[in-house]
Amino acid sequence: MSYQPISFYQTGTFTVGNRLLAPDERSVQAQVKRYNSLNSGHRACQGCGEALGARYAIDAAMEAAHGQLIAANATGCLEVFSTPYPETSWQIPWVHSLFGNAAAVATGIAAALKVKGKHDVRVVAQGGDGGTTDIGFGCLSGMFERNDDVLYICYDNGGYMNTGIQRSSATPPAARTATTMAVGAEPGNPFGQGKFVPAIAMAHDIPYVATATVADLRDLEAKVLRAMEIRGARYIHILVPCPLGWGTASGDTIKMARLAKETGFFPVFEAEQGVVTGVLPIRKKLPVEEFLRPQKRYAHLFGKQPKVDVIAKLQALADRNIRKYGLLGEEH
Amino acid sequence: MLKQTEGSHAVAEAVALCRPEVVCAYPISPQTHIVEGVGELVKSGELRNCEFINVESEFAAMSVAIGSSAAGARTYTATASQGLLFMAEAVFNASGLGLPIVMTVANRAIGAPINIWNDHTDSLAMRDSGWLQLFAETNQEALDLHIQAFRLGEELSLPVMVCMDGFILTHAYERVDMPTQAQVDAYLPPYSPRQVLDPAEPVSIGAMVGPEAFMEVRYLAHAKQRQALERMPAYAAEFKSIFGRDSGGLLHSYRADDAETIVVAMGSVLGTIKDTVDEMRAAGDKIGVMGLTLFRPFPSAQVRDALQHAKRVVVLEKSFSIGAGGILATNVRTAISALPIDTYTVGAGLGGRAITKRSLHALFRGAIQGKLEFLTFLDLNREVVDKQLAREAQKRRSGPIAENLLRDVGVVAAKIV
Amino acid sequence: MEKPFAITLDPGSSLANRTGSWRTYRPEYLDRLPPCNAACPAGENIQAWLFNAESGDYEKAWRSLTVNNPLPATMGRVCYHPCEGACNRQHLDASVGINSVERFLGDEAIKRGWKFVKPEKQSGKRVLVVGAGPAGLSAAYQLALLGHAVSIYEAGPAAGGMMRFGIPKYRLPRDVLDSEIARIVDLGVELRLNTHVDDLKQAMAEGRFDACFLGVGAHIAKRAYIPAGDANRVLDAVSVLRSMEGAHEEEMKPLLGRRVVVYGGGNTAIDVARTAKRLGAEESIIVYRRTREKMPAHDFEVEEALQEGVMMKWLSTIKEAGEGELTVEKMALDENGFPQPTGEYETVAADSLVLALGQDADLSLLGKVAGLVIDQGVVQVDAAMMTGCPGVFAGGDMAGNDRTVTVAVGHGKKAARAIDAWLRGGKYEASPKPEMATFERLNTWYYSDAPKTVRPVLDIIRRQSTFEEVLGGLDETNAQFEARRCLSCGNCFECDNCYGVCPDNAVIKLGPGKRFVFNYDYCKGCGVCVAECPCGAIRMVPEEN
Ligand SMILES: Cc1cc2nc3c(=O)[nH]c(=O)nc-3n(C[C@H](O)[C@H](O)[C@H](O)COP(=O)(O)OP(=O)(O)OC[C@H]3O[C@@H](n4cnc5c(N)ncnc54)[C@H](O)[C@@H]3O)c2cc1C
Ligand SMILES: Cc1ncc(C[n+]2csc(CCOP(=O)(O)OP(=O)(O)O)c2C)c(N)n1
Ligand code: SF4
Ligand SMILES: [Mg+2]
Repeated sequence: MSYQPISFYQTGTFTVGNRLLAPDERSVQAQVKRYNSLNSGHRACQGCGEALGARYAIDAAMEAAHGQLIAANATGCLEVFSTPYPETSWQIPWVHSLFGNAAAVATGIAAALKVKGKHDVRVVAQGGDGGTTDIGFGCLSGMFERNDDVLYICYDNGGYMNTGIQRSSATPPAARTATTMAVGAEPGNPFGQGKFVPAIAMAHDIPYVATATVADLRDLEAKVLRAMEIRGARYIHILVPCPLGWGTASGDTIKMARLAKETGFFPVFEAEQGVVTGVLPIRKKLPVEEFLRPQKRYAHLFGKQPKVDVIAKLQALADRNIRKYGLLGEEH
Repeated sequence: MLKQTEGSHAVAEAVALCRPEVVCAYPISPQTHIVEGVGELVKSGELRNCEFINVESEFAAMSVAIGSSAAGARTYTATASQGLLFMAEAVFNASGLGLPIVMTVANRAIGAPINIWNDHTDSLAMRDSGWLQLFAETNQEALDLHIQAFRLGEELSLPVMVCMDGFILTHAYERVDMPTQAQVDAYLPPYSPRQVLDPAEPVSIGAMVGPEAFMEVRYLAHAKQRQALERMPAYAAEFKSIFGRDSGGLLHSYRADDAETIVVAMGSVLGTIKDTVDEMRAAGDKIGVMGLTLFRPFPSAQVRDALQHAKRVVVLEKSFSIGAGGILATNVRTAISALPIDTYTVGAGLGGRAITKRSLHALFRGAIQGKLEFLTFLDLNREVVDKQLAREAQKRRSGPIAENLLRDVGVVAAKIV
Repeated sequence: MEKPFAITLDPGSSLANRTGSWRTYRPEYLDRLPPCNAACPAGENIQAWLFNAESGDYEKAWRSLTVNNPLPATMGRVCYHPCEGACNRQHLDASVGINSVERFLGDEAIKRGWKFVKPEKQSGKRVLVVGAGPAGLSAAYQLALLGHAVSIYEAGPAAGGMMRFGIPKYRLPRDVLDSEIARIVDLGVELRLNTHVDDLKQAMAEGRFDACFLGVGAHIAKRAYIPAGDANRVLDAVSVLRSMEGAHEEEMKPLLGRRVVVYGGGNTAIDVARTAKRLGAEESIIVYRRTREKMPAHDFEVEEALQEGVMMKWLSTIKEAGEGELTVEKMALDENGFPQPTGEYETVAADSLVLALGQDADLSLLGKVAGLVIDQGVVQVDAAMMTGCPGVFAGGDMAGNDRTVTVAVGHGKKAARAIDAWLRGGKYEASPKPEMATFERLNTWYYSDAPKTVRPVLDIIRRQSTFEEVLGGLDETNAQFEARRCLSCGNCFECDNCYGVCPDNAVIKLGPGKRFVFNYDYCKGCGVCVAECPCGAIRMVPEEN
């Protein structure tokens, strides 16, 4: 007769909260009086994953910093939808300077705080994938290399969404964007390009690097909290589906992030000092097609004659992730 | 304390006396010695309570400065030429956000062709950036202007560029009177930011502003910058009371009271000009000089006052707006546009071309004699350019014969131009 | 702080921007009907009491459960739990062990001595309940809670009906049953044992009853014509099981012999066969004319019987009962699945033959009741359980063909509520059923993986020789684990998902037990909350304009 352990919580930590958990074991987002660092009234599209990811991440950072947090924000949707004059949605001290300099601005803030002896005030920088992996990459790398005391959070929605969905170096292959149209011999974003900044961040040997998605809040929060325990340069790369850019239903934002993770298309892991220390395993492995099919940016793969060869190539990318990061967990 | 030292080092020491809290460093000639100097002072412990950050680019230098200034730290950086342009976007941003960063620009030409020598193209390319721009004539003034720049910038909550001629000043060993820390402390109060990133009083800095308010924002920036026109003289006076010397202010006239010809210039070239003017005065010419310290905001009224009795004004500038003409000259001409004064634009010293007294004599003489063209280039090698122009004229694709013929008779010209 | 015009803004000021105006669809909270609840013949709100059990508030869970069913310890043993058959969790791993949690709660109540709360006011009305089976007990309980004076007239020497005189002890220990009945009686219900009602009209008049509920069950064994040499050896299942109770002094433990054949394929047949085994029979054989799949007995009961050594002879009919042996004809299924005789015979050695072919109701007491309609031995009732005679209600085995304790309890409850309405001069209207919380409505991603907890089972030797209870209960740890496997289909369980996943912070959390409300000032109608609600308790509806 095998007895189950008592520590079974119906939904465990998959849901946002769980009345069955002790209050201190619950998520930051479950708190009645949570920070709502990004307040209501922002102008993000319906179902915007970036708005969600930003509140998740910044609230967690606020929790870790006991409300003593300053944010530097790159230009992009998050900035535009949160702070159009005359209203801001931010409830924390926040500065937007430019598209490509959030990491450096944060370095400056951290330097000022250090010199002023305000050790309890912490600094985050945040930006979209364009602002991070492309135009802001120099500043980001500099911040990493100097090991400045900044947590950089990239909200990866796979493209320059604010300017109308153009390709970035984080746009996945075959995706249609306004600059990689679904026309010609190889429609969509070319294969063999792009970069995965979390891996590059790890190559800087910074203390902490993690990826997360808006589909796993508890994992995301744990990573932000972990990152905030550490001083020095830290990087968290959060996949935030964009209903507009991906061509998905506004209600499916979290589902899309989940599919990205469950297909292995987006690996969720964490690393310390350049070494992977943990992965969020795939719970129920799904073919990558399940992730692709709901997205209009991949509609060209699913016409009358589905592009099985392209889908197979994308599946191969997911499979590579699964192998590389061991996403199927230990027993596999 | 009087001492013989390199211009860059003098500036570094003066900056250190201003107790900067964050300094961003990135190498570019001829500025490099300045941040090296500050860096050494920080590292040695002489300058305490200062974060010296070796950034990865000038863009980052200004960006870090934006962050630290917004977080309430007195912030300094220095650059030149390509570096200034590399950070251009952040330069505009710093002033838009109203952050009183002080930056030395060791003026240098802009490439291509790459050229490390002095002219003012770099600073003047940023003239519309919203920064205050001060131009130093001597190393002493460069040193003094930095102290005043912090005072001025922090008072107005605007960034200030202190421009000094690359190599000519930065690398020159001259005697300077280095103030004491007590003097500087007496003059420059600790930085108390107008707005600051502070969890105790959170604000969002750097909103997106649409057409409904952008014009007003720009107007207010203009109005704010113009306040410097009153502050600068006041701070110069105060400076004198503490440091015992004249430094700063808006502009300085030299032997111009009765001058029929006034030469207008900025920076170190004023020394050579004054020497030339002295010699011409000795020969009986009614010639004087007006040196501009504050280029932005442009002290139009004061310039008009200073020039109003002249018959002609020769603006000698180390900058040049390709395809249009002078930059300083345009500003001067606008200031005196209501007056019956002939204004000559002289491009000089571009890319480090030496400006000699001999050439200046000839130039000013020509102006007095009415022989100067309205736009000229000092010591331009005509032979070289003419030959090149001729070569190009020959090689240039001449287009369809019929059209060339028509052009010769002037039929299509109107349409083409 | 001096804030530069337009560039620097006050925190959180976007509240001025009511993004709710963007909405074309609005989310709404609703409670959908969990399939378990829908399937429960007793109308238990299973999801609701599991909810309380999940947090360890077992008393609250028990109180919630007993709103609909006063016999959880009993039901947790004998109910065929159609709820588990409907449970959405079966599509994930295995159904929630609802029945075992119910039993745990029932046992816990007995252990802790939890009592029902008497109503504050009495109605002054008197209601007669005939029969103390589950239907009668359920009705009496509900009526008592509603403040009516209730008397149960029971023909037998003890209350419980078939729960006592049918269901064997090894499935339902009698102390459990006794405690649950006592708790109902404690509500002030008058229980008159050994009181057979022969004439209902008379009994009602004599007792000055305002209404009555009939729950007399079905106790007359159906017989099949089997030529028998030694008629003494042909018994009926109900009598055999009844005699097991030693209810009447004169009734002795049945003498079934070494080789017992049971004829029938229902649960009763199984119970008799298993009882025979326990009484010492070397062979206990069930003979059934169709296949195992077609047996009305529940599969798990067949399985348990087989484990205990009961043998089965499918596709067989008994043709003749001779001295020490039976003649059996083999059957074959025709294309419609009906058994047809094959003409092949065999003999089976048997010391006794027990017929378990079903029961009919003894409706003789109803002779003089006007308006009452009986169709094929079943008393006809309307949707409110009222017979053709106003004020006379009926339920349980006598009023339907779905004959289980659970159905009886449900009938009793429903009838009681209808009687209450009727006594007040009204008509009972069941509240409308909300839409179903089907599996498709759920987002099962959010539930932890957890296999069903297996209940401990008595070891096989003791199962074959004693009447000890076969199936054990869960301990607290396991019961809670099992409760927490519930997906809470269609009903908010305060997982905070909607509150968390809203990109616009447009969900307001009201605090423990109070659930959530939408802040329509800011809700843009994206639908993420609907998609991510694990239990399907939110829906999108079009905005009106
Ligand atoms: C062997 C066996 C096993 C079973 N196992 C299960 C099981 O595991 N699970 C399950 O859900 N169901 C089971 N059932 C069915 C279940 O027991 C019945 O459906 C249920 O008991 C019916 O309840 P009831 O109240 O309608 O009638 P009963 O339980 O039959 O109760 C009727 C009561 O009325 C009394 N009575 C009858 N006539 C009169 C009268 N004229 N005056 C006064 N009193 C009278 C009787 O003495 C009796 O006590 C089983 C049945 C049998 C026979
Ligand atoms: C220097 C500069 N180049 C280009 C832009 C235009 N621009 C503003 S936001 C943006 C796209 C932002 O993309 P990303 O960083 O991925 O953020 P997203 O909007 O997708 O969240 C671009 C190209 C700019 N503001 N500044
Ligand atoms: S375009 Fe995409 S990222 Fe930008 S606000 Fe809309 S949903 Fe969010
Ligand atoms: Mg993007």
